Amino acid sequence: MTAATLTARLRRTRQARRAAAPGARHLRPGWLAYTVLIAATAVFAFPFYWTVVAATQPNTAINAVPPALLPGGRLTGNIKEVLAETDLGKALLNSLIVAGSVTVGTVLCSTLAGFAFAKLRFRGRHALLALTIGTMMIPPQLGVIPLFIVIAKLHWVNQLQSVILPTLVSAFGVFFMRQYLLQALPDELVEAGRVDGASLLRIFLRIVLPVARPGMAVLGMLTFMAAWNDFFWPVIALTGDNPTVQVALNALGNGYVHDQSVILTGALLGTLPVLLVFTLLGRQIVSGIVQGSVKG
Amino acid sequence: MTQTATPPRFTVGPQRRGAGHVRRRGRWDVKYSPYAFVAPFFVLFAAFGLFPLIYTAYISLYRVELTDPGQRVWAGLGNYAGLLHDPFFWNALRNTFTIGAISTIPQLLMALGLAHLLNYRLRGRTFFRVAMMMPYATSVAAATLVFAQLFGRDYGLINWALGLVGVHRIDWQNGTWASQVGISTIVTWRWTGYNALIYLAGMQSIPAELYESAAIDGASRWQQFRHVTIRGLRPTIIFTVIVSTIGATQLFGEPLLYEGGTRGPSGGVSHQYQTLGLYLYDQGWSFFHLGRAAAVAWVMFLIIVVLVTLNTGIARLRSCDERALGRKGRALR
Repeated sequence: MTAATLTARLRRTRQARRAAAPGARHLRPGWLAYTVLIAATAVFAFPFYWTVVAATQPNTAINAVPPALLPGGRLTGNIKEVLAETDLGKALLNSLIVAGSVTVGTVLCSTLAGFAFAKLRFRGRHALLALTIGTMMIPPQLGVIPLFIVIAKLHWVNQLQSVILPTLVSAFGVFFMRQYLLQALPDELVEAGRVDGASLLRIFLRIVLPVARPGMAVLGMLTFMAAWNDFFWPVIALTGDNPTVQVALNALGNGYVHDQSVILTGALLGTLPVLLVFTLLGRQIVSGIVQGSVKG
Repeated sequence: MTQTATPPRFTVGPQRRGAGHVRRRGRWDVKYSPYAFVAPFFVLFAAFGLFPLIYTAYISLYRVELTDPGQRVWAGLGNYAGLLHDPFFWNALRNTFTIGAISTIPQLLMALGLAHLLNYRLRGRTFFRVAMMMPYATSVAAATLVFAQLFGRDYGLINWALGLVGVHRIDWQNGTWASQVGISTIVTWRWTGYNALIYLAGMQSIPAELYESAAIDGASRWQQFRHVTIRGLRPTIIFTVIVSTIGATQLFGEPLLYEGGTRGPSGGVSHQYQTLGLYLYDQGWSFFHLGRAAAVAWVMFLIIVVLVTLNTGIARLRSCDERALGRKGRALR
């Protein structure tokens, strides 16, 4: 049987399963459900709206009684001020480098290990998988002191690799890719490759990677968001001279800027890239979070 | 990054050999290359996950200054004893627990309710789901700076709105409870939607027949929710409780930037919202006392282990109880 027919069959069974989705409750909601949901959405959305208002108004207007509640026209002025205060351009570039490399590295490592745990038999795999799942419980934050000593010894303080390398470790990523490949990659496909005499690497490149791509995309988006938003370790490892966005925001908050509008303009600019990614790909991210969490 | 590129090369080598080696290569390949696949992750994990954790325990037994980390003086359990005699440690421990409770319990209950609503056949279903996730995409720093402004005592929007309905201005910064509620609000805002989606996924994997048979038995909507939905969600609920507990134990960014960061890691004028995370940072990077900070980190790790064990233990006990009850019920019938 060729790979094409197998994947086609796989797709058909998946479609059938979805049509008879067990939990899809065919209950029609009443107006109360909509009211509560709309109210909740408003609460979730309000801080974003307020950030836009504050970033487009002068400080005096948002601190007035009653405060300005609609966006104004001072966005460019506020942006100029925040750029004079912190090197937000450099911070955005640094965050892009950090989050980009962390994403590529994490997705690669996770797909390799996830494939091995999902489909390959080797001695010690149960123990290694248990170790991986166990470490999902260990917050990496707790290792900051030795990490700091190590990067101080290597003279990496304030250098981007000090943030990139420790963030590459993602037990969640390995687990996520394993769960994804368990159901997305039929055993027959791997077996067929084996029978044809292909090496595991070849099987990985030709068969596993194409099947894994949707899962890798979701994991990539989640990793990018997490790396972009990472706070504790970057604040320790970097300073205001070579900051990521979060380090710059931290410096902006505790600096000498008392202008709330300027601070919130910084928050807006630092959040915008991730929000942009999220509005474009929100659907996939949402489904990814849902898949990654439950199928344990 | 370079490490991730090595293992594939590891398996390319034998592949180039002639066809005569196929069988032997096959055996070798099947036996050993799985390790090459998991190696990049475990190498990184050993270097940046396991080693720092173990080394933290080691450092916590020494006196180490931030200014000269190479210089170590044996302190035995002195750092831990120091913690036990420091009222600020107990204060931080208490604050971590109270903020953890205020931020986690209402959050998970609201998430459960929202997930129930999202499980209906809604118009604009995707819109609601994505909207609930937006806070999750926001960074701690950005969210906290915005809320710090909203919670301002004199010019904050929340106090202004409260004033409209006749509530006197609340001091969200200096009041112990008020500041802890403020910080918990940020946590709740960021994580409710995420947990709601996880519950939603759990709800969707509950077989519809269970609801049907419950309805045939005459169960009301509320009884269905309690006995079918909640029971079906139990593993998911345990998962979210564990994740939230771990998150709450290491709360750091929100209290650090709650007053715009002007208070540093002190956690307010009278440390009223200093968490263990802030206390750790304070010990290490304000007082330059890395050994003490490592002791705090190790204590946090132990707290997490205890809480996670408790959570899973209670969950297991309860499901055992219920199975026993169920058997009894069936016998009576």
